[in-house]
Amino acid sequence: MSSSIHVTLGEVAATLVLVAVAVAVSFWRRADLEADIGIAVVRSAIQLTAIGYVIKFIFDQDSLWFVLALITVMVVFGAFTAQRRARRVPNAFWPLLVALAIAGATTLGLVVALGIFKAQPRYLVPVGGMVVGNAMTAAAVTLNRLGDDMTAHAREVEATLALGATSTQAAAPIVQRSLRSGMIALIDSTKTTGLIFFPGTMVGMLLAGASPTDAVRLQLILLWTLLGSVALAGLIAVTLAYRNFFTPAHQLREQPEP
Amino acid sequence: MLFALDRVTMERDGKVVLQDVTASLPKGASCVAGPSGSGKSTLLRLLNRLADPGSGTVRYDGRDVRERDPLELRREVCLVPQLPALLEGTVEDNIRFAADLAGREPDVPRLLDLAGLNSSFADRPASKLSVGEQQRVMLARSLALEPRVLLLDEPTSALDEGARGAVEATLLHLRERVNVSTVLVTHDLAQARRMAEWVVRLDEGRIVGEGHVREQLAVT
Repeated sequence: MSSSIHVTLGEVAATLVLVAVAVAVSFWRRADLEADIGIAVVRSAIQLTAIGYVIKFIFDQDSLWFVLALITVMVVFGAFTAQRRARRVPNAFWPLLVALAIAGATTLGLVVALGIFKAQPRYLVPVGGMVVGNAMTAAAVTLNRLGDDMTAHAREVEATLALGATSTQAAAPIVQRSLRSGMIALIDSTKTTGLIFFPGTMVGMLLAGASPTDAVRLQLILLWTLLGSVALAGLIAVTLAYRNFFTPAHQLREQPEP
Repeated sequence: MLFALDRVTMERDGKVVLQDVTASLPKGASCVAGPSGSGKSTLLRLLNRLADPGSGTVRYDGRDVRERDPLELRREVCLVPQLPALLEGTVEDNIRFAADLAGREPDVPRLLDLAGLNSSFADRPASKLSVGEQQRVMLARSLALEPRVLLLDEPTSALDEGARGAVEATLLHLRERVNVSTVLVTHDLAQARRMAEWVVRLDEGRIVGEGHVREQLAVT
């Protein structure tokens, strides 16, 4: 899986032409996204360059402690970021933090234990980044749906509590729908991969000169790994977070406006 | 007395909704009457611990409700909310869900009959029913728990005049067939006269009267 590709800064700069197309479309159709596109381009350049140096440093050190530190930082920032999409969920940070930490640790632990990847920074850093990133998206979507549905269906939830149901029983249909929301995007993209789009890892490997067979195999490993981590993250986040809507006496808490 | 409230105060969003409420509700047919926003529904939710007061005590059968297991209490003192809120699935699914909570095997045709519906409703999707029919399924679902007390939160407020009369008749008939006490919340004093023997009157979160309906709500 060695890479021999060399990308010049000139080639990177040339792609700004496509960014200009996006700005032109936004300007022409008055989508008012020119500033956002500009911010996105500058942020992606700064963030990816910075993480590139961090990854280079970790590869040079060749220590798993640095990998652990990097993934911990990703998990904490991931929980903060996802919390913003789950504003209607009270105290969403802790369920998200636990969900991302367990999903990340379990997934990386399993891929190493099963012999899929070696316990080396050059494997764990990129795989860990993908796992935490996808887990964050799934957990955020799951809790976003949970918060919306608990607000929109508070009447149904309380009507079920009024029959003597536990908070777990009353929230069960909403928890089920929320988990589906969090997982369905990755499941759908896994279904259509290779037909409608080529996933990033495969494209990257092909561009780097790898054989199509290796590119496909690695892509399958990552897609299937992500399915597991996304399911774990969504499940843990929603299982911990729905309780925050209830008191210990199975009463629906009054929710302040987000 | 079935329920006794002692100096109950409750706030919501920083606003006092019940202020130093002391009142009693006997067995049989009671009602809590008052204008919109007077705290009636809030008071009803305190009776089976869907909410707890900020201060004061609520007693059921002489015992502080906070000493009771809230789930058991709600199966014994069951609240039918103002607007229907059924689960996905058929009418029978809804009735069985409630019966399972109480560990009972429901007699679905009888429960539907008690609520004024014929047995053909059992297989119908709950979401396809009219509001009046859904409200009756809510009643049948609550009766599946075989409760001692039914708390009825404005059960006819979403219905037209014809459906309202029919639901009132069902509720009056119900008490002749099943040994259950009812606490009805209503803003309609005429309905209170028709449906209850005892009334607690609320206005702006305070008690403004309590006693027999024929004394408290005498037509002058």
